[in-house]
Amino acid sequence: MNIPSDLKYTKNDEWIKVEGSQGTVGLTDYAQDQLSDIVFVEIIPGEGEDLSQGDTCATVESVKAAADVYLPVSGRVVAVNDSLPDTPEVVNTDPYGKAWLIRIELTSPGELDDLLDAAAYLEFCESRLV
Amino acid sequence: MYFPHTEADREAMLRTIGVQRITDLFQSVPAAQRFPKLDLPPAMTEMEILAELQDLAWANSTARDLVSFLGAGAYNHYIPAAVDAILRRGEFFTAYTPYQPEISQGTLQAIFEYQSLIAGLTGMDVCNASHYDGATAVAEAVNMAYHHFRGKKPRVVLSPALHPQYREVARTYTASSPIILTGDNGEADPLEEPEALIPLVDGQTGLVVVGYPDFFGRMYDYSALAEAVHQAGGLLAISVNPMALGLFKAPGEFGADIVTGEGQPLGIPLSYGGPYLGLFATRQEYVRKMAGRLVGETVDNRGQRAYVLTLTAREQHIRREKATSNICTNQGLMALAAVVYLSLLGKNGLRQVSELNYHKAHYAAESIAALPGYELMSHETFFNEFVVQCPQPVAEINAHLLEHGILGGYDLGQDYAGMENEMLLAVTEMNSREDIETLVDVLAEVSND
Repeated sequence: MNIPSDLKYTKNDEWIKVEGSQGTVGLTDYAQDQLSDIVFVEIIPGEGEDLSQGDTCATVESVKAAADVYLPVSGRVVAVNDSLPDTPEVVNTDPYGKAWLIRIELTSPGELDDLLDAAAYLEFCESRLV
Repeated sequence: MYFPHTEADREAMLRTIGVQRITDLFQSVPAAQRFPKLDLPPAMTEMEILAELQDLAWANSTARDLVSFLGAGAYNHYIPAAVDAILRRGEFFTAYTPYQPEISQGTLQAIFEYQSLIAGLTGMDVCNASHYDGATAVAEAVNMAYHHFRGKKPRVVLSPALHPQYREVARTYTASSPIILTGDNGEADPLEEPEALIPLVDGQTGLVVVGYPDFFGRMYDYSALAEAVHQAGGLLAISVNPMALGLFKAPGEFGADIVTGEGQPLGIPLSYGGPYLGLFATRQEYVRKMAGRLVGETVDNRGQRAYVLTLTAREQHIRREKATSNICTNQGLMALAAVVYLSLLGKNGLRQVSELNYHKAHYAAESIAALPGYELMSHETFFNEFVVQCPQPVAEINAHLLEHGILGGYDLGQDYAGMENEMLLAVTEMNSREDIETLVDVLAEVSND
């Protein structure tokens, strides 16, 4: 299980990479592994939209399940990964790279304190694998 | 005797949910309605009950006993004997998609062919299999559009010339949702051209629904409406009589985003309360928002053609409360009837039936229009149904027609204020020239009374 140490995580299996005042959001390796082959990704908001922590920002479908992706912290959308809907399989092959979903300008950076660090997220994932 | 639960099972279940007695579960039902005394006659033998049911059945007059000119959403068409023969085969005779669908390749193939034929007929990319009837298919289109725009375009404009029962069912479906149904409460004149709906379309409008033909039998080119709806960012749904599509342009060519319809004319007999068939087709880009079953064609591990249920991740059993619809059930057997019917007729056969309907209806309309006291109100292009202004209340005329073994048309005054004495008449390939002439003679008699 790949859990990069420089990211923050949620208990709903999203990651966020914070760089300056911006954050990039995606789905974790654990999530893609549990969902199995991803066949469909829909990114819901468009650039410029203001979203709150917990808002649905994407829907992913695998051959066996459908899942919503929630925004880890509040922010204004500055970019969406337009190429992802055409290449949903990269969620399986490169969850922390090419499969980024959206980039936001953080509007409540304090909410980052609600998130898990890599060690806590690893522990959370292992607790579910028992 | 089979006991599904022992007394101990029941007690354990009641304890788990924290209820004393089973009757406690019915507290929300008003006491008087909880255990009403049913005034039932004493039990009868099978022989007696069969005789009683037979008596009741004989009290009905069917479209076989009468000459029918009644349509208004359900039509008396000829059904080739092969439709029923195939339907009743044991391998096919189930109302639903089987629970282990891929083992029933024949059923899946039939559904796939049904989808392909309906998609072709409507000019759409994908078609599900299926909904209950034309009314629920419209309600599902409303649902789909609402979820497609994620609640941001909650207004739906229903043409007042859309079937009144379809509009009513859409209201029932959406009663407890934020969807706002408008357009048919006096906002637009039902007899106006479809362009009259354009001023009702705004940025909040997710869907506009029209009939093709509309409830009055009229066939419109909806291109201008489609363009206006798309410009405002909404979708257009067209509810069709599939029989008309044998002759008229497919709604896909007008820019429809969703095509729904009542599939009954395609090999399904007239019956009170159904089962009928809800057609639902849409464009590829909306496939994941569509409810219902979807069969796809693929190859198995030996390279042989095979059929599977596909895109099931959009369905309710996987998406749960996030699904756009809680409909998973379908009208499998009725969809089979439609695919057998369409396959037997073929493209040219369907066109022939459609043409017969068109020409016979126009012959009847012209003949009635020539009668003193009657006026043809259908001035636009119509298919197999038209509106006639009568010299007397429709109910009285229909009573008179029934004495001559004729089932008259639909009384439009029931649904539309200002259309008292206006009758909606349907003519199909089942009505011979003699039938039509008899109708005209009896109508003439009425106006002489």
